[in-house]
Amino acid sequence: MGRVKNWWTGLLMVSPSILLVIVFVYGLIGQNVATSLEAAKTRSGRVLAEGGLANYVELLTWDRYQHALWNLLILTLVFVGGTMFFGLLWALLLEKGVPGEGFFRSVYLFPMAVSFIASGVVWRWLLDPGMGEQAIGLNKLFLMMGMPALQSTWWSSAGKFNMAAMAIPAIWQLAGYVMALFLAGFRGISEDQREAARVDGATEFQLYRHVLFPQLSPIALSALIIVGHMSMKTFDLIYAIAGQNSYVSEVPATLMWVQLFSLNNPVQAAANATILLAVIAVAVVPYLIYTNRTERAGR
Amino acid sequence: MRFKTAIAVGLAGMLALAGCSGGGTPATTPAANAGGATTAAGPAGGAEGGAGGDVGVFTWWAEGSEKDGLAELEKLFEQDFPNNTFVNLAVAGGAGSNAKAKLAADLQNNNPPESFQGHAGAELMDYIDADQIEPVNDIIDELGGDSVFPKNLLDLISVDGDIFSVPSNVHRSNVVWVNPAVLAEAGISTDAPADLDAWIADLEKLKAAGVDTPISVGTAAWTQVHLFESILLAELGTDEYNKLFEPGASWDTDAVKSAVSKYAKVLTYANTGGADDWPAATVMVIDGKAGYNIMGDWAVAEFNSKNKTYGTDYLAWPTPGTDGTFLFLADSFTLAKGAKNPEGAKDWLRLVGSAEGQKAFNIVKGSIPARTDVAAGDFPEYQQSAMTSFKEDKIASSIAHGAAANNAWNSEIGTAISKFWTDKDEAGLVSGLVAAADKNNK
Repeated sequence: MGRVKNWWTGLLMVSPSILLVIVFVYGLIGQNVATSLEAAKTRSGRVLAEGGLANYVELLTWDRYQHALWNLLILTLVFVGGTMFFGLLWALLLEKGVPGEGFFRSVYLFPMAVSFIASGVVWRWLLDPGMGEQAIGLNKLFLMMGMPALQSTWWSSAGKFNMAAMAIPAIWQLAGYVMALFLAGFRGISEDQREAARVDGATEFQLYRHVLFPQLSPIALSALIIVGHMSMKTFDLIYAIAGQNSYVSEVPATLMWVQLFSLNNPVQAAANATILLAVIAVAVVPYLIYTNRTERAGR
Repeated sequence: MRFKTAIAVGLAGMLALAGCSGGGTPATTPAANAGGATTAAGPAGGAEGGAGGDVGVFTWWAEGSEKDGLAELEKLFEQDFPNNTFVNLAVAGGAGSNAKAKLAADLQNNNPPESFQGHAGAELMDYIDADQIEPVNDIIDELGGDSVFPKNLLDLISVDGDIFSVPSNVHRSNVVWVNPAVLAEAGISTDAPADLDAWIADLEKLKAAGVDTPISVGTAAWTQVHLFESILLAELGTDEYNKLFEPGASWDTDAVKSAVSKYAKVLTYANTGGADDWPAATVMVIDGKAGYNIMGDWAVAEFNSKNKTYGTDYLAWPTPGTDGTFLFLADSFTLAKGAKNPEGAKDWLRLVGSAEGQKAFNIVKGSIPARTDVAAGDFPEYQQSAMTSFKEDKIASSIAHGAAANNAWNSEIGTAISKFWTDKDEAGLVSGLVAAADKNNK
């Protein structure tokens, strides 16, 4: 009897937040999907979208959209790979308790406190494509250091992998965060295990490979998902660095802005948003299921 | 090594903060209503002293000479219509790119300002198409109709006899800004070359003389479209150029192809980076790093702010091959559908369209009045010559500034041009331009 009463009070307490989530998250997702299926025409009779699933077919077969998807793939691979690599490297260097650890930890974590839009303004200048006499930013730095061969056009080159350069500022920004996650993971492993391994004659490499790293895999997975979904949603960084309407650095999120505000085509923008949501869900949902299961198993 | 990385990271962090603090732009605060102004000798029509209430005016005039020009209008508005309160809704950002996004959201949400800025021409058609603005024929008639506004300008903002905005100012797009000192080093005459080929030869001479960047251009897509439209006009001639924007016109022509290859040629003399938006590119000419820059006549403000003298420190001519044609763009003000205070909005349009308002605004902004009956005498030298050209020259409409092509078309041309900037694929640019025209020009 008392249990049932408690259950009702609890529901009453959380119902405002449930309602808000229903309306402002799932309601708006639904609205977005509905919009993406609409037919749209301008008053002068130009067809913007045929309606129904044809909208998606049109978007997916659009070479500009495919180019944006490719850019997103490159960006995500380099961004996730880079943050994981540097995050783990820094965590490894710091976890042994070097002098001034607190200082280094703050230094690495600090970039995360800066917003993408603010750091983007600086990176726009650092990654300027001008070379030789026109060089500014990083290219100028390389010239001054006597290493002209290192100059690059960065993200604004015609190559297929130009978006790898766009990942540099993103890595700078978030590698520290991944480091903090890993560092917390290392600290969570009790010292006894290391000593036990050493007593058993494990080398330092074997200790990490067989004792410590396996215990970090849930953390690595969380980091992967968090960084990966941030990469897929990235808009502000690219907008700040490349400006509006930059074809070479276009990803679905920036293309959506162009569709909505420049091409005046909210229907196609909604279709783009729906696909983006689906892509992110493909990455995030299995992770949620996995963590739910492991939590239940751990109970 | 680790320590060096740490320092580098720290320095970059500080730079980020510096960039942050420099970004804020103070917005103009709407001045308090100057109650009990003495005279109302300005625009006639409407209620005496104005209809009353707030009049929200949306522009992207938030910086520099544009902001000062708007402040002049605000002063006059409060003087002529003391009953009204001017509310400045300006949004900063290059060529209105941020402002248009904010405006689109406001219009979508049925929360329009009383009046908003729009480039006169094809760009306005988007708002007409979306049923977001009202005809203003009565205001235009009150102001004097086509006896004071050029007929071809009114045609650009009319649909089926309804006029949809009040033009406030006109700018010229096809202007080359020249640093004579740089030209002198290479022994090039400072007179304008006769045509595009002669000019390209001069660019080659500058390059040979060791000037690293004979012509400067921004990396922002619209500044490249701006350069391209001048070259397109020079190569096609005014009539052929104007025909490109008639419904159903084909861009798949030899003339367009040769314009594209001329553009590609000119880009080989341009900087590949180092200047993001137009001011940085213009400053390269001012500093003597570049010989030429093509930018609209608002660039004169940049020269003025560096205390440079026209004729000695810098020169300006029409883009070679376009002499006798005025590649124009114009700003205009609309009456938003569903505005809360339409009568107040009309008072604003009366002021913007009046000779008094256009004179006060344009002298400060550096543009020329859209009205043809404003006395040229009080304007600075360059503006006087521009006013003469606007009256006498052939008129062509700018692509980059929304006169010739609507927003969607303009955006797709910008994409093709921005793609070309990196891959230099001429055939790709031509097919991009053709596809954009086929899709949007119906």
